Amino acid sequence: MIARALTHALVGLDPRRVEVEAHVQSGLPALAIVGLVDRAVQEAKHRIRSGVASAELPWPDGRITVSLAPAQLKKEGSGFDLPIALAILAAARSLPADSLDGHAAVGELGLDGRVRPVGGVLAVAEGAARAGIDRLLCAAESADEAALAGVEPLPIHHLAEAVAYLKGELVPVFEPNGNGIAPEPPLPDLAEVRGQERARRALEVAAAGRHNLLLAGPPGTGKTMLARRLPSILPPLDPHEALEVTRIHSVAGLVRPSRPLIRHPPFRAPHHGASSPAIVGGGSGPRPGEATLAHHGVLLLDELPEFQRAALEALRQPLEDGVVTIARVGGHATYPAQFQLVGTMNLCPCGARGDPAATCTCSAQRLTAFRDKLSRALLDRFDIAVTAPRPRAHELSASAAEESAAVRARVVAARERLATTVPQRTDDADALLSRAVERLPLSARGRARVARVARTLAALAGSDRVEPEHVAEALSYRTPRDLEPR
Amino acid sequence: MIRAVARPQLPPLLRAIFDPPSRLYIRGDPDLELLAQPAVAVVGARSCSPYGAQVARTLAREVAAAGVVIVSGLARGIDAEAHRGALDAGGVTVAVLGCGVDRDYPAANAELARRIMESGGLIVSEYEPGVEPAPWRFPARNRIIAGLCASTLVVEARERSGALITADFALEAGRDVLAVPGEITSALSAGTNALLRLGAVPVTGAGDVLELFGLLPEQRPKPRLGGVGAVVLEALPGTMDELVQRTGLAAGAAAAALAELELRGLVCEGEGTFRSV
Repeated sequence: MIARALTHALVGLDPRRVEVEAHVQSGLPALAIVGLVDRAVQEAKHRIRSGVASAELPWPDGRITVSLAPAQLKKEGSGFDLPIALAILAAARSLPADSLDGHAAVGELGLDGRVRPVGGVLAVAEGAARAGIDRLLCAAESADEAALAGVEPLPIHHLAEAVAYLKGELVPVFEPNGNGIAPEPPLPDLAEVRGQERARRALEVAAAGRHNLLLAGPPGTGKTMLARRLPSILPPLDPHEALEVTRIHSVAGLVRPSRPLIRHPPFRAPHHGASSPAIVGGGSGPRPGEATLAHHGVLLLDELPEFQRAALEALRQPLEDGVVTIARVGGHATYPAQFQLVGTMNLCPCGARGDPAATCTCSAQRLTAFRDKLSRALLDRFDIAVTAPRPRAHELSASAAEESAAVRARVVAARERLATTVPQRTDDADALLSRAVERLPLSARGRARVARVARTLAALAGSDRVEPEHVAEALSYRTPRDLEPR
Repeated sequence: MIRAVARPQLPPLLRAIFDPPSRLYIRGDPDLELLAQPAVAVVGARSCSPYGAQVARTLAREVAAAGVVIVSGLARGIDAEAHRGALDAGGVTVAVLGCGVDRDYPAANAELARRIMESGGLIVSEYEPGVEPAPWRFPARNRIIAGLCASTLVVEARERSGALITADFALEAGRDVLAVPGEITSALSAGTNALLRLGAVPVTGAGDVLELFGLLPEQRPKPRLGGVGAVVLEALPGTMDELVQRTGLAAGAAAAALAELELRGLVCEGEGTFRSV
């Protein structure tokens, strides 16, 4: 007899409907899984066999063929365990023939029959909802996540529970955990940073206008500390953004069951040893990289020149288009990647430059090589670049600085203003910008950057028009000459 | 086009040194009179500080504006800034190479070499076209830099620096040696401060250089400034944070004022520190 169960495979972040068919024939006992499946799905055989035995259910005699259709679609991961097990049990008549209708299933099986959560449940649940299926059998830990897609999650702890439910013997009750019962972990606060008025201001402007930010300066001046506090002055995600971010993090297996919906802009800080696929995504079955995980959030590249040049250059596409397209022989995947890039760097390889108390020992060649690592094209993507000098001792002992909450209020107000009206330059401001283009080495792209930052500054000041002082301040954030390749 | 000039046609100052070159190769179609004009050598460290770079450029600009030729070695750092300063003033500058004049060395300054040629300056060398740069050719080149000039100005130099070799050649030939004083704690000023201790002329402005030629620096009209600009200018030099502390201005307002001053050419920034020009 043939039985069918339904689930979804992911192509990038996109759910594709997959029908799991199981057929039990007479013949020597065997289990074959076909349909372009990867190792994890092949290994499902062993998990399912043990799981079914642990649930004290009969294993069908004869030859079992499981087919995952469409056959040309690549299927990866252990989320197929549960639908395959259910299809086999239905084919063996351990379940009523039509009991699987109107259900989708996703989950990994333990050898003891337990159902384990897998990544990407939100996307699978969205696929089910789109296909008009409103009930999803999934691990209890994934239920809250699945509920975000608007389907009715059926939390299953054990394979036996799923079988009992499908036989009509039991109804699993979904008790919404309610995202947010577990308190948000506190974010590091700006009040902890003393001094650095210039860099703080730059951070605020960057947050208000979603500008990419480059912090340069000698080591130990608090560049990284400041950058890590950017999330604390960003407004929370809107519901649509939150769902998008949650979907991505779910596919990457980063969603916490206690609070699946991600409401805060994500913050990603990959190590500088990261490869180019780790940053932008890749692999044979493409996986999202850090750029995608930082979607609607912040991507911090600490010690920018230490990153592999290939990894940095790969960031240029997402910085321009907001998406990453990964092409592979077997097709391509597109991931969203609209992130705010924050980079930190020293001014020279030995780090002493910009520090009045130290002398740089770098040779001219080494310095040139260091600066050449960052292409002009990449530097051009940073709307705001500032040099953070070493703070004086009396700054460090000064009274506490402003808290993140106060800065965030200004950032939120500025973003609201920018969303409704775009401030226009006054004639004086226009004249100043033209004068700057003549006098300074300012490219067309550089001019556009200054204009953008000036708009943000006007919005932060609560002004409807961009005044000359806004243009002047925006000019002060252009890339310092000593960072440019020579 | 490259021209060779034999020893008898060389300027008298250069012929007067201990071992003048047997000939000079010159790129382009030059006016040889140029080499006989009053000239000052501006030399210093390749990996200089932003302060040194700015001082070299400003001094070279003001000295060149008064009509004195700026001679240097087209190296990175102080040398390149000195050439640039002369070009800024629309003045004349001569680059002496340690390789053939058809070579652009260092490659990073190829564009600068082109601008020197366009502005009517010279690129000269005692080596035949095609000769590769080599470490031992640079000290020899330095004797020509010193020999072409009535005085040699060292802007920034470490304790062991090629610029000090140039100064030694200048002393041997009986020329004036000038040095820009620097912080006593900075390794980049160890060489210049040592020169000063030995009796070099301290340079605190273009006037100190021009005095030796009997010239006066061009008087720049004092800029008229609004309130905030004047306050910020008064508080220089310093980092943006220090200016914020000293003036009590908000970080944004201070940044705006500095950008205005920079646009007017009154302030420049290097590694986070702002200085008046």
